[in-house]
Amino acid sequence: MAKPARPRAARSPAKPAPSANAAAAPVQEPIIASDVAEEAAFALRSLQQAHANNKRYDASDEELLKFYEQMVLIRRFEEKAGQLYGLGLIGGFCHLYIGQEAVAVGLQSALNEGHDSVITGYRDHGHMLAYGIDPKVIMAELTGRGAGISRGKGGSMHMFSTEHKFYGGHGIVGAQVPLGAGLAFAHKYRGDGGVCMAYFGDGAANQGQVYETFNMAALWKLPIIFVVENNGYAMGTAVKRGSAETHFYRRGTAFRIPGMDVNGMDVLEVRQAAEVALEYVRAGNGPVLMELKTYRYRGHSMSDPAKYRSREEVQDMRDNHDPIEGAKAELLKRGVTEEKIKEIDKRIRQVVAESADFAETSPEPDMAELYTDVLVETY
Amino acid sequence: MAIELKMPALSPTMEEGTLAKWLVKAGDEVKSGDILAEIETDKATMEFEAVDEGTIGEILVAEGTEGVKVGTVIATIQGEDDAASPAPAAAPAVEQKAAESDAPAGQDAKAKAAAAIAPKTDAKPAADPELPAGTTMVPTTVREALRDAMAEEMRSDDRVFVMGEEVAEYQGAYKVTQGLLEEFGPQRVIDTPITEYGFAGIGTGAAMGGLRPVIEFMTFNFAMQAIDHIINSAAKTNYMSGGQMRCPIVFRGPNGAASRVGAQHSQNYGPWYASVPGLVVIAPYDSADAKGLLRAAIRSEDPVVFLENELVYGRTFDVPQMDDFVLSIGKARIVRPGKDVTIVSYSIGVGFALEAAEQLAGEGIDAEVIDLRTLRPLDKETVLASLAKTNRLVVAEEGFPVCSIASEIIAICMEEGFDHLDAPVLRVCDEDVPLPYAANLEKAALIDAGKIAAAVRKVCYR
Repeated sequence: MAKPARPRAARSPAKPAPSANAAAAPVQEPIIASDVAEEAAFALRSLQQAHANNKRYDASDEELLKFYEQMVLIRRFEEKAGQLYGLGLIGGFCHLYIGQEAVAVGLQSALNEGHDSVITGYRDHGHMLAYGIDPKVIMAELTGRGAGISRGKGGSMHMFSTEHKFYGGHGIVGAQVPLGAGLAFAHKYRGDGGVCMAYFGDGAANQGQVYETFNMAALWKLPIIFVVENNGYAMGTAVKRGSAETHFYRRGTAFRIPGMDVNGMDVLEVRQAAEVALEYVRAGNGPVLMELKTYRYRGHSMSDPAKYRSREEVQDMRDNHDPIEGAKAELLKRGVTEEKIKEIDKRIRQVVAESADFAETSPEPDMAELYTDVLVETY
Repeated sequence: MAIELKMPALSPTMEEGTLAKWLVKAGDEVKSGDILAEIETDKATMEFEAVDEGTIGEILVAEGTEGVKVGTVIATIQGEDDAASPAPAAAPAVEQKAAESDAPAGQDAKAKAAAAIAPKTDAKPAADPELPAGTTMVPTTVREALRDAMAEEMRSDDRVFVMGEEVAEYQGAYKVTQGLLEEFGPQRVIDTPITEYGFAGIGTGAAMGGLRPVIEFMTFNFAMQAIDHIINSAAKTNYMSGGQMRCPIVFRGPNGAASRVGAQHSQNYGPWYASVPGLVVIAPYDSADAKGLLRAAIRSEDPVVFLENELVYGRTFDVPQMDDFVLSIGKARIVRPGKDVTIVSYSIGVGFALEAAEQLAGEGIDAEVIDLRTLRPLDKETVLASLAKTNRLVVAEEGFPVCSIASEIIAICMEEGFDHLDAPVLRVCDEDVPLPYAANLEKAALIDAGKIAAAVRKVCYR
């Protein structure tokens, strides 16, 4: 499924590719209006080319089953979280990752868990699950319980696991980008060979600090992969209404950061792109900017009715581009039995049910927790 | 008539400098743009260019002269009209005096303002009680003390690095990081682009990743571009992570009003940062506190905002010569004991408070001066103990009055020291206006010893 992830926006009036001898060109030269010409103008495309030459990761059945299982875990977990939110068990802001599962799973499966750092924004449940963090402590954090991963003091947007090298979980749009570069800086400073993967959305991509970070990351050749999860909407603002350059993978060009345009709805394409990017970054070449075209099925947060897009648009994504259905079809095509897949589905339902049960029944934080962890030391 | 060449002020805070070298001699023809001399300030060696055309008449201050006050006539230039006339006969000393008394009002005000912060208040603070007796004291500028603190921590901990604008090759915009690049190399002393938000975030991320960053802001005025990372990223993460993710970082740089740099470059952010749970905020006055507390800040597991003051960088105070001189965060210090009234201050305000205390001593008022040193957590015990002794209190703060550290101290006195009060607590703060540029207006807007002394007389009903 090499189709683009999202319906293409109507093409803008055709423009010729910039050319040094355009002035000298014959007047009757036809106006070129293809993506190829537009692409030619984008200089830093060596990685994009490498990805285009070999789009999909050659996963073993076992690997693909694992990807499938992780994506199903995220989907079922988020559905359950949505349900608990509706029951009033989860409060505040809660941003679900449903539809975007292939991005976190495909990319993070290529990382060295517990060694490479991961950081993201507030839509963070999926990245944590993809990095092997126990669903129970995530769900218990969502319900604000003492057993939650942040002892109930962080909530949906503020979760961390230094053990897994998952560094949050940040509520301020775009803040995770320089923080991620700081993590990459620490990897480089220590010379431990680690890489940081810093996720942000198409909305965050318009924050100024993102470009301050691009500049320094490229200048200092920091080992970081910038991942724009382009789900089409910055809250309620469609990409084309908020972004002058809608091809986010090109936004590193001014800083000489190579970009990659990746279909974020196919876990194997995502994984293969990660291989290309990681090889480049691990070799000490500095950052890569990946744009993952994806789609969130739910609103921006639980309180978003998502009136800014049509029901048909969402349905089309679900029916024709769903990453889990895609992986399932691939597994069946390979001859993996329906029973085996159902077995996974069943097991995951069980895991999620247990995490919800744990999150509902474990006690709220002790009142003494109100005053702990403000400062580490006593002065 | 001869044109007088005066010792130039090469930075907003320069008061004197060394005339390092003359590049011209009497009789030389000069034109605008020619380099006349090299002048050393406490920060850098600068070239002094001619503005006027003519012939050098007389060199009045020899090269190598140290401590030449800004405005001193150092040479004369004969214009074309008077090229043939003899060099002025007046002795340099006389001419200098004349030049001073002829100075325009603005310059006069500036000279007075400079006098108000002059060395006479420098050496006063009593020795820190924690020091063992017999410790050798070494006169050190605040600037050097800060540098020494960083260097010593960098020597003992590989995780410590310094990052900021012009900290490495330029040796620090205010020369606080002088010599660090040479000793520790570019991996640990890192020049950034002009990008406060970005490098504050990178530093914060590096701290989360296990390093010990010291992030220098050229001034804290520019840190407003970065305040989101200081507060939302650095200060809150430990709590939000249930104590999992620490952020041991120091944000440091000059804070408060400098001299004649206008409203955007003259603000005290102490009250801003001190209002945020999760931060430690330190604002030292003298060299020993600067060194001992910066070392403590770098060693702390918590994020620290370390507020320095540009006008104090060049002042010299004693620093104890000890291998491991580290002070405790969160402890105020009684810098001048007294029994009649308490003056609470911090940073540059301590110098004014000490000066006021000297004035008041002459009037029979024995003032105790407390240097808060740490603004968060605030050492209210020391303040309340002093209040219990003196029963009268004035807070002196170089900063806006509204929602200030002074407001906080007053609230503490009301809540926890009410029974000890014999008079309302007064605050002496800057005027509640953006800091003006004009010398007379600036002076009027800022606190000084006279304003503090007046408030003290008021609470003493004198």
